Amino acid sequence: MRDTAVQGGHEIGFAANLRGDAWWLAPLLTFIGLSAFGIYATWAAFQGGYYWHGSYLSPFYSPPLFIDPAAPGAAPLSHAWFGAWPSWWPKFLPASPALLILIFPLSFRATCYYYRKAYYRAYFATPPACAVTALPQKDYRGETRLFLIQNLHRYALYAALVFIFILYYDAFAAFFRDGELGVGVGSVVLLINATLLALYTMGCHSLRHLIGGRLDSFSCGAVCGKLSHTAWKKVSCLNKNHMLFAWLSLFWVGFTDFYVRLAAMGVITDFNTWD
Amino acid sequence: MSSRRNFRVWRGDRAGGEFSNYAIEVDEGMVVLDAIHRIQAEQAADLAVRWNCKAGKCGSCSVEINGKPKLSCMTRMNSFAPDATISVQPLKAFPVIKDLVSDVSWNYEQNKKIPPFKPRARGADGKHRMLQRDVDRVQEFRKCIECYLCQNVCHILRDHDKKNSFVGPRFMIRLASLEMHPLDSADRLPAIKGEFGSGLCNITRCCTEVCPEHINITDNGIIPLKERVVDRFYDPLLWLACKFFSANRRS
Repeated sequence: MRDTAVQGGHEIGFAANLRGDAWWLAPLLTFIGLSAFGIYATWAAFQGGYYWHGSYLSPFYSPPLFIDPAAPGAAPLSHAWFGAWPSWWPKFLPASPALLILIFPLSFRATCYYYRKAYYRAYFATPPACAVTALPQKDYRGETRLFLIQNLHRYALYAALVFIFILYYDAFAAFFRDGELGVGVGSVVLLINATLLALYTMGCHSLRHLIGGRLDSFSCGAVCGKLSHTAWKKVSCLNKNHMLFAWLSLFWVGFTDFYVRLAAMGVITDFNTWD
Repeated sequence: MSSRRNFRVWRGDRAGGEFSNYAIEVDEGMVVLDAIHRIQAEQAADLAVRWNCKAGKCGSCSVEINGKPKLSCMTRMNSFAPDATISVQPLKAFPVIKDLVSDVSWNYEQNKKIPPFKPRARGADGKHRMLQRDVDRVQEFRKCIECYLCQNVCHILRDHDKKNSFVGPRFMIRLASLEMHPLDSADRLPAIKGEFGSGLCNITRCCTEVCPEHINITDNGIIPLKERVVDRFYDPLLWLACKFFSANRRS
């Protein structure tokens, strides 16, 4: 009797399949995209400087809870929410405001239902692609045990919603310099960044649930039912494009930091109406 | 206009088997199921294949074509390159009966475990009423033709063989259609988290990708169920609020 694992002509072993297409391309691109962003974001967060230019604040460093004004390319101390850099900060870590806040957007993306698909496929190979044999595991447990943390996605959402307001404030402030209204390439870059992040966040599956999906019936009253249903429909509409906005916002937030960094370092000139 | 096409069809049963090669004339407009029938008629009268409607509505002819789970009656021959050899296999996740026919009876056993629809009390006028906007959401799930392609491609059942712990996407959809029904009053959430194993699903969306009815299984069925499980079992603030309000009600 043949091994039942090869019954039907299905071979056993990691990544075994009979697909003739380039099934490996999507997980490979995901792996490259997420890894590139992760490496750049980590490097940028540990720099602790060149995150401020004129009135542009890098989104990786917003909000700046504490500021070390001595760092090159640092925001003015008046922009710090709680003042100068604290003395209790461990010496082995750079005085970087990004290290204090990046956990919030990171946790939102790490527990996001779209990114979960992306990294389970690209990094954990469970499975790498549809009908391609998953990485063998002694006892597959899915999103239980250690991955129970994924169930707290809605708390990461609450933080992400606050960040939208903060980033829109930064974008608004980027249209003023010394009290003078104007516009620069950086202002537009920051505005696009806040908008893409808002579109990504407002299409969140947890938000879709909390805003109306949790209800079995939208008949809690003429006003409340209609409002809730309308809100649910709008979020559902964004939710259909959640993957698109996840990638666009990820790319753009990295690009925004890169732009502000290069402008702050004097590598590029920011074309604007002030200078 | 016809053309000669090559096929590799798996022949065998639970004891074993192998791919057999066939070359047949394929006419314009044929689907893979037509080609299988021609092989059956001209070269292999004992080739076993399950089929019924030939219209993508009965869900009988699920197989794996070139490694992808598909309905053979909905896979057109002109979707392949003219010189490509087409492999046809039975579903991987279920035991083979013979050739392309799999034993999918495990699915019927799962279906029996699901607590049935339990209507809530009628209104004062003795009638049940539902709003169209409430029904729209669950109607999507009614499109399911039970082809079990989603069950077959789900890596939890297909690769990890967790049939004792996870009910599979098709039945998560059935659970969702009952849980979200505006008139239903049964509480299935403890079972969804427990014996039906919602926590095992890591939402890699292959079920949605293979669904011939284009049901958004993951976004509209499984994720909303997972969020309802979070409401009940994992959200600390909701848990505290429930404790507080139930304590207030008691006092």
